[in-house]
Amino acid sequence: MNSILYYPGCGVADQARSMETAARGALGALGWEMEEMERWNCCGTVYSLATDDLMRHVGPARILARVQDAGHEHLLTLCSMCYSTLKRSERFLTEERDRLDRVNAFLDDEPDYTGGVRVVHLLELVRDEIGYEAVEEAVQRPLSGLKVSPYYGCTLTRPRAVGVDDPERPRVLEDLLLALGAEPVSSPQGVECCGAYLTASAPEVARRRAGAIARAAARGGADLMVTSCPLCQYNLDTRQGEAPGASAHAVPSLYFTQLLALALGADPAVDEQVIDPRPVLAARGLAVEVKA
Amino acid sequence: MSAEQDMIRIYIMGKAYEVPGGLTIMKAMEYAGYRLVRGVGCRGGFCGACATVFRRAGDYKLYADLACQATAEDEMYIAQIPSVPAERASWVLTELAPEDNPILALYPEVARCVACNTCTRACPQELEVMDYIQAALRGDIPQVAELSFDCVQCGLCAMRCPAEIVHYHVGQLARRIYGAYRAPEAGHLAARVQETARGDFDQELDKLEQMSKDELVELYRKRDVES
Repeated sequence: MNSILYYPGCGVADQARSMETAARGALGALGWEMEEMERWNCCGTVYSLATDDLMRHVGPARILARVQDAGHEHLLTLCSMCYSTLKRSERFLTEERDRLDRVNAFLDDEPDYTGGVRVVHLLELVRDEIGYEAVEEAVQRPLSGLKVSPYYGCTLTRPRAVGVDDPERPRVLEDLLLALGAEPVSSPQGVECCGAYLTASAPEVARRRAGAIARAAARGGADLMVTSCPLCQYNLDTRQGEAPGASAHAVPSLYFTQLLALALGADPAVDEQVIDPRPVLAARGLAVEVKA
Repeated sequence: MSAEQDMIRIYIMGKAYEVPGGLTIMKAMEYAGYRLVRGVGCRGGFCGACATVFRRAGDYKLYADLACQATAEDEMYIAQIPSVPAERASWVLTELAPEDNPILALYPEVARCVACNTCTRACPQELEVMDYIQAALRGDIPQVAELSFDCVQCGLCAMRCPAEIVHYHVGQLARRIYGAYRAPEAGHLAARVQETARGDFDQELDKLEQMSKDELVELYRKRDVES
């Protein structure tokens, strides 16, 4: 069994438990174990764009220092935003010695971070370390006939320097879906924003965005959408469901980990969605039992 | 060793005093002539009334502790924080929806935590204060309750926080929610409530109410005290 140190992040630890349950099961089927960090704090969620705002890098630096202190080189994330924030902060701090020195001087209750921890998104681990061939071999329940629209959102692929794939023409989700036997249905809305945090201050914007993304997926014939971000998922699932008249043609959304788990014979943890994906799954011969 | 050699110099609110070494900050202040009315309570490290901030000789850092627990040292600069005027949110326990993480609604400033850990360093109880604020941020109320359990509400965390979080009130709210909605019911408590309601203790209470002040003083003096 291979093992990788894992950073859950607040969203996954709270609202998006299903993303983690499914990931653990799926990785287990692939011979990998996620070892959660003993102590962790919020990554900061939104990467600070101010170049002199070092205080916002204290959170990420503390996480990275602890990873390094525990003797690890890699840190796995499931959430796109945690991935992006941690990875960008790591680059920001290490590309100028002065920044790292100042943050280390402030963090005098942690061992110094010297740089070099590689933040890895689960999609990268599957693509680059495990490999799609191994995934294909481990599939127990091919997702044959299931049409899935990949939704990338913003932070998984942007900015280009830290993204897991090309920001305009990504294919990592399409390739994974092919390995699982599903039929990817790429959508022009797949790389557009879901409304993100406007969901709190202007929910109608998120509703509108989620509706547009879902309609584009439906036009392509998709049964459902997949994403890698708890915030995108909230908007695609909860906010889409709230739009007037949405329920009649709602397109369910799942985490990619849930489809991975489903295909690999692990628990897909799909019982917490607002828009229930089970009817479309059942229609494609992929019935999922309802847990009591 | 002569008594003179045992004396140390401390600075209380900027004024120098010679006091015997080995005293707690509280005792040292009283030796120096302060009569403590506020900023003093149980004298045993439990009530959290005697928050104190100090600096040690040759060290630029400000430290925090309880005056009844920390020992005064030579060349120590000391100030008392008898009360922390932090805001405590108003809430009715039975009207909260624990599954919606009411902490974020009542104390939204929790989301400003940058994980600097200053609160943890200030805590005289050596609690992992930052960790429980982080747990509050992600709605893990049992974890907040657990990590903040030994809080004495001195407020030093809030005095030091650059994000203006009121940690000790957040911890208290989490413990109340945990107690009301999450903790398993304590069987012995229900039994005691029943005994009380049944009037099992009324006779003893009536007896106390009938006593004169002198009798009460006598009774108090004769009480069992743990030594």
